[in-house]
Amino acid sequence: MSVIGPSPVGQSVERADGPLKLAGQAEFTGDIRLPGMLHGAVLHSPVAHARICSVDTAAAERQDGVVAVLTSDDLSDIDPFYGHALRDRPVVALGKVRFVGEPVAVVAAETQAAADAAVALIDAEYDELPIAASVGTALAEDAPLVHEKRARPGAAHGLGDLPDADGNICYSYSFRRGDTGQAFEDAAVIVEGEYTFPAVYQYSMETHTTIAHWTGGEVTLWSSCQHPFLVRQEIAVLFGLPLDRVRIIVPFLGGGFGSKSYTKMEPLTAAIARKAGRPVRILNAVHESMITTRRHGMTARMRTAAAADGTLLGRECRAWMDTGAYADNGPRVTATAGDAAPGPYRWPALDVEAHCVYTNTSPSGSYRAFGATHLQWIAESQLDEVARRLGLDRLDIRRQNLLRPGEEVRPGGKPLDADLVGDVERAAFNVGWSEPPTRSFPRKRRGRGVSVGLLAAGAHPVSMATVRMGPDGSVTVLGGTTEMGQGARTVMAQIAAGVLRAPMEKVVMRGTDTRFTPYDRSTGASRSTTVAGLAVQRAAQEVMKDLLETAAAKLEAPPQLLEPVEGGIRDAGGRTMTHAELVRARFGFDGGELLGHGRVQPEGGSGSYAEGPVFWEVCVAGAEIEVDLDTGVVTVLRTSTVADVGKAINPQLVTRQDEGATLQGLGNALFEEMHFAPDGMLLNDTLLGYRIPAFRDIPATMTCSIAENGDGPGPFGAKGCGEGALAAVPAAIVNALADAGVPMNELPLTPERVWRRIRELKIS
Amino acid sequence: MTEMVRATINGKPYAGEVPAQELLLDFLRDRLGLTGTKQSCEVQVCGVCTVLVDGDPVSSCCYLAADIDGREVETIEGLVGSDFHRRASKAFLRHAAVQCGFCTAGMLLTAKALAARGLGGDRAEVAAAMNGNLCRCTGYVSLLDSLVELLDQR
Repeated sequence: MSVIGPSPVGQSVERADGPLKLAGQAEFTGDIRLPGMLHGAVLHSPVAHARICSVDTAAAERQDGVVAVLTSDDLSDIDPFYGHALRDRPVVALGKVRFVGEPVAVVAAETQAAADAAVALIDAEYDELPIAASVGTALAEDAPLVHEKRARPGAAHGLGDLPDADGNICYSYSFRRGDTGQAFEDAAVIVEGEYTFPAVYQYSMETHTTIAHWTGGEVTLWSSCQHPFLVRQEIAVLFGLPLDRVRIIVPFLGGGFGSKSYTKMEPLTAAIARKAGRPVRILNAVHESMITTRRHGMTARMRTAAAADGTLLGRECRAWMDTGAYADNGPRVTATAGDAAPGPYRWPALDVEAHCVYTNTSPSGSYRAFGATHLQWIAESQLDEVARRLGLDRLDIRRQNLLRPGEEVRPGGKPLDADLVGDVERAAFNVGWSEPPTRSFPRKRRGRGVSVGLLAAGAHPVSMATVRMGPDGSVTVLGGTTEMGQGARTVMAQIAAGVLRAPMEKVVMRGTDTRFTPYDRSTGASRSTTVAGLAVQRAAQEVMKDLLETAAAKLEAPPQLLEPVEGGIRDAGGRTMTHAELVRARFGFDGGELLGHGRVQPEGGSGSYAEGPVFWEVCVAGAEIEVDLDTGVVTVLRTSTVADVGKAINPQLVTRQDEGATLQGLGNALFEEMHFAPDGMLLNDTLLGYRIPAFRDIPATMTCSIAENGDGPGPFGAKGCGEGALAAVPAAIVNALADAGVPMNELPLTPERVWRRIRELKIS
Repeated sequence: MTEMVRATINGKPYAGEVPAQELLLDFLRDRLGLTGTKQSCEVQVCGVCTVLVDGDPVSSCCYLAADIDGREVETIEGLVGSDFHRRASKAFLRHAAVQCGFCTAGMLLTAKALAARGLGGDRAEVAAAMNGNLCRCTGYVSLLDSLVELLDQR
């Protein structure tokens, strides 16, 4: 079947939501005003671990404008625990508080000012308990238990049978292969070290915002959420409602990066709105969002054994992830971290354990490229050190040991589906790998590094989509992917337009409303283009089938002689019927619509984490840095990444994903760090103390290239992107700094930390 | 306590009593319904809530509404329809410099102030001048490409 004219698939078409956003007219949750809407304010615990003795809300309730005050006493008619992995979190603190900032009560009032004032009038008394504010204290003998009882598994952990709790360890992931004891005995070189990765904040510019409104036993939530269908499920279970009595509407998101994945402020907002009997909005301040979710801090030990010729023999890794007071997505983050420990190499022997640890700090969840970002810089810095000690080229040792397409990555899982050698060679080339070392100033040194890794991507492969074509030829894509800035609505429209040969301006995708939008598991794990996009492709193909059948009947032509052309179908004789004419012909009047449904579900398995992933996302980067020996300041001069996407539906948007991930990687590597005091208090909870990259932080050269090998399981051979660079860039920077003579085992690479290391190593 | 405010907002006269402690951000969003200006850091760092007061970019999260008395305020709603907005939109769309869109209005208003001050298309100068407008999506490359193109056009 020949096709005339360019398909929008593979074209850098302009963003569909661009004009709306440029005009300030894109609606975010915080822009919505419902009639009678109240404003919520949260009373946060001032202490990290305590029994709640009393919460006196009488004065707050008497405050002008206050409509309702919610405490755990208001939840006695429901099972008030939620958590998609572990149902360990009460809607508001129940009996005890477990971190500084935990919601203890919520006020709903006519104005935000009245709500804030009323919160200050709530008198809560606490009986403080010993604190486990870090992984170290939480794992100590006789450590205080953050949770006395093992929580029930949540509905969407997807990790098989969860083991019993062990002290403050809420989940462990491990795998072994071969004989590591023998590997380390046979090794010509062993590299080992202890490493620290800081807690960091996703920092989407829009904070978590939710509005809840109960009507007739149903609840509607407008929420800045990435996974509306999983939120719907958790709210339904919490309040004992059928799924269809919970409606989640998702406006535009002002960034997500994982911070708005799973369930966040929705239970609290639904609970206070239920009590108030009116719509209530909770709009987090930044300091509130920073204690709503963050990236896991981590400590890890790793050992790598290699033979004299550079052949990798074995690796051991132990990692402890600080999940904070509630598990959130910690178990999955922990498993993904474990999977990232070996790196994509051929290993005769492996011994990996990753543990998810409760502490009395704010909860940790998903942040772009979780797990891989935690481990790749460690794994790759050990590989570089092996090469250095053996006098081998750092690219050669990768070429020698990297997995090739089709090779097993982990037992029982999907084999490798990417050309890693090609990708890492390209990343190296783009930071000038083959160029002679640049001369540095006397007190400055330069170095280059590369890194390569894999991220288990796609999450659970369940997505539905519907494509509608109206009698004017306009096309609507209904799918549950959340537009959070990545351009999903544009890409989904391109996929449908590509199948239907409909002009882009005729195709639109809008936000999710779970009452009407078909199910999609989630927007995360780089899955939308691959999994949801495949559902859209299949739905559009159904509509196309209908168009062809109609054309065959109306043009009295054999279907095999019909060909789709832009906006219509043409027969061999050159007669064309437009989409509008075909839909009208189908129904005999100016009405009706063609409907296509697409479904993606696990094929040949359960879709479980063990059998996955849907695809392996490639995490490849190169970096060139300069370090000032007198100040410890690290300047990133060049970065390169390779988006190994199978097929770029919209190359420009792919590049934007990698640029954004590169800069987040730079921030994670160089300066982003949440500081918790020993008493569990977050010390830098605004942009005054927590810095994210700005215009002047970008490298002089940032090269984001795209590899298109058509090897993805998604539509047109596509696979996802947008996370890998975040895992790969910090690793490349760490390796470049080691190449300049300053190996580091602690992130971020702040000037002070690097300066101390320079002194310690007596570099001059 | 309230204060009488007479100002020009997006070219139209405004007169009214405003609570003395009300922030310009809340005044614009809640009182006037101009929700194109977004709330983010609330500490005058991120630039998301930037509006122009007498042509100068200010963080409306840390500026009292009462202080616009006798001044001209321009928000994204006022910018729309202007030649500058048309040219800026073209550049931003061409470089796909709009992602989540939360920082976009602030970026455009700061850029307009820079253009009015005669800042040209020097990349390093643009980056330095825009350093107070944060974006977490783009990696800034596409924004710089757009802004350099836009500011170079005069």
